[in-house]
Amino acid sequence: MTSFSERLKAWFGPEMAGPGLALVAVILVFGLASPQFLSAATFGSVAFQLPELGLLTLAMLLPILTGGLNLAVTFTANIAGLTLAWVLQANGGADAGAGAFALGCILAVMVGAASGVVMGLVIAFTRAHPILVSLSMMIFLRGLGEFLTRGGDVSGFPAFIGPLGHGSIAGIPIPLIVFIGCVLAWHLLLTRTKLGFNTYMIGSNLEATRYSGINTRKVIVLVYTLSGAMCAVAGIIMLARFNSVRIGHGESYLLITVLACFLGGVNPFGGFGRVIPVFVALVVLQLLSSGLNLIGANQHLATAVWGLLLVGVMVLRFAASKFKISFVRKGT
Amino acid sequence: MQQLAITGGSEKPLLSLHDINMTFGGVKALKNVSFDVRPGEVHCLAGENGCGKSTLIKIITGVYRPADGASIDYDGETYSHMSPVTAQDRGIQVIWQDLALFPEMSVAENIAFQTVLGRWPKLVDYGRMRKIATDALERLGITLDVDLPLKEYAIAQRQIVAIARALVGEAKLVFMDEPTASLTQSETDHLLDIVRGLSASGVAVVFVSHRLAEVLEISSRITVLRDGALVGVYPAAGMTQSRITELMTGKTFDQQVRAKSRPDQPVVLEVKGLSRPGQFDDISLTVQRGETLGITGLLGAGRTELAQTLFGMLQPATGTITLEGKPVHFSSNRDAIKAGVAYLSEDRLSLGLIQPQSIADNLVISSLGKIVSGGFLSDERKRKLVAGWIADLGVKIGLQSDAISTLSGGNQQRIAIAKWLATDPKLLILDAPTVGVDVGARAGIFDIVAKLAETGLAIILISDEVPEVYFNADRVLHMAQGRIVGSYDPRSVPLAEIEGAVYA
Repeated sequence: MTSFSERLKAWFGPEMAGPGLALVAVILVFGLASPQFLSAATFGSVAFQLPELGLLTLAMLLPILTGGLNLAVTFTANIAGLTLAWVLQANGGADAGAGAFALGCILAVMVGAASGVVMGLVIAFTRAHPILVSLSMMIFLRGLGEFLTRGGDVSGFPAFIGPLGHGSIAGIPIPLIVFIGCVLAWHLLLTRTKLGFNTYMIGSNLEATRYSGINTRKVIVLVYTLSGAMCAVAGIIMLARFNSVRIGHGESYLLITVLACFLGGVNPFGGFGRVIPVFVALVVLQLLSSGLNLIGANQHLATAVWGLLLVGVMVLRFAASKFKISFVRKGT
Repeated sequence: MQQLAITGGSEKPLLSLHDINMTFGGVKALKNVSFDVRPGEVHCLAGENGCGKSTLIKIITGVYRPADGASIDYDGETYSHMSPVTAQDRGIQVIWQDLALFPEMSVAENIAFQTVLGRWPKLVDYGRMRKIATDALERLGITLDVDLPLKEYAIAQRQIVAIARALVGEAKLVFMDEPTASLTQSETDHLLDIVRGLSASGVAVVFVSHRLAEVLEISSRITVLRDGALVGVYPAAGMTQSRITELMTGKTFDQQVRAKSRPDQPVVLEVKGLSRPGQFDDISLTVQRGETLGITGLLGAGRTELAQTLFGMLQPATGTITLEGKPVHFSSNRDAIKAGVAYLSEDRLSLGLIQPQSIADNLVISSLGKIVSGGFLSDERKRKLVAGWIADLGVKIGLQSDAISTLSGGNQQRIAIAKWLATDPKLLILDAPTVGVDVGARAGIFDIVAKLAETGLAIILISDEVPEVYFNADRVLHMAQGRIVGSYDPRSVPLAEIEGAVYA
């Protein structure tokens, strides 16, 4: 009796229950409602939509685990995207070569990381609240981006970038491959590195972590730096998908990244949360919106249903913890 | 069950409980307990954590309802159970350990808010509030500015505000739950005076405290509980601390001075003229291999600041620290840990351990390098390292992945010690290692400390409880107002002499 569920628990952690159940429920409901739901088309649309939101969610995840937040994720992504766009334009626009693209990507990641470094330094050294610091960074980047682009689109990229947004290798969309690579990297970072270990510890109690001999400032700066770099990856993928960059792209994703983390069982106060359940939560959100789309519901309704789902998960989680407590009490 | 009849108690009790049973989810928290309090007496309720003290108080104050068959006789009436409203109306008040005050509100509001609740019209009469508050404080012989927000006052004054609030409710019976836990000695003395005053004015006080010395000083009778059952009721006269400890734990502890003279061993730590203005001044000391140096003194004597300086968390203004012959300058505790200094914080809850995280993670956090394999942290190595320490130190745990907060104070402290031992220290600083550890588990902690000293570790043991350092250290330094004012050898100086000097 214990073996299978215990092993599942050990493998996925207790955070998996919520998103796992939601996944099963969504597949069942839409699978019954619409015969086309369980098809390659659904997989395709989810696979292409998932990475943008997913990469931004990964960027949000690390700061949340330290008990912070990075509200600048979307604008960091687009500023990084703009960096790449300018490098391409400066090197011939549509005729730019692979070298320019590589250079642009490196610079984009550096710009994203730089935004994170600044936030990390301010948070680590002034102990200012991450919400305020990242909110300031968000407003700064938005203003900067609007100023530099006059609020318009930047486009005209070489054709070989297209596949990064739309292409597939062996039937698997390239953005999805990038995203899964990043998911695995984050999973490895959080479960198998000192930085990941310390991220969780800081999220639960920064002072006690410092007393244990951990350089907490360094960890915080690194966490925000990695968050910024992950935003840049999202920015590059968004550039390729839209074939343009605008500072406001994906703005509505910001709070959804936070909610995806919570749906994935991440503790809103930090210290607990895993990558894989967050990944499953993202899949659930995308399946939900694709499924609603398929049965002919309005796209805005999908967003509303996301909200309801999250409320439902919170209530269920509360009920489950109550049940567990009363069960344990009776057991002893 | 053992019941002692107290002779000379002809007076009719104010409160008398019989056949109190209480069960929580299958666990019997109280078994046929009886308990009585006489008018105007100071009565101590003693027992280890989890023995049922709090449950008993909550039954008397109506928070919990005891199992059927209970009888509560209070001031001429008999109840099968109390309700919070009845308890309060009839003059039963509790001062909880966390005081349950409002730091942002004024002293007057804190003292008198209950008197303005529930009356019609529900308007606040600040004039009356101030008068009630001033009167209550006057009864205690204390002057505070009743208009200041409570947060402006230190914990000792807040305690007094909590007592004043209890008096406003025309208390006949006041429960105090660990009232001295965060007070200094002089503040404690003052509080005990107030308790005596209350008692003299006819208010009965039930005192719950871990500090057995003050229990003996203040109370006339002591009721001891163990594992939810009554052990007995004893007159305080003729009791000793060790006897109470035996009754509370059911074990005998014959404390013996562990101090030993050691053949000349190499000096591990040498401190010369160390100062930090306002915290400690001109501290010089040495600790040898295998030696345990005790440092005692009142709260605020600069002990913890000195320890944190040796651990690199604070930087000295002047003076030198030499570790194994090499002068060291720590710019952070990371340097100190690398050099072989470990510091067990006095504040285990918020600084010593990361309470929500797992036992295993708390144990390895300071020695992550040891569980790295091929560039990545290895779960296998972590599990083995943790299992090894848990076996070595005899820690009782469920799963390694359980939150450390699920462990008892004593077991948590063992994990905290293991966490530092895993860093291979040369010098281990233990700051108040038995805070929040049951009396019965304390001896176990000191057994570990003694074994560590045998292996050659240099240990600094800091405690404000003089007997702790007296029995467990080779030498005892007395710190007061930031300076070392006395040095004692426990083998040649009686405990009372050091206590006299420290608590003077």
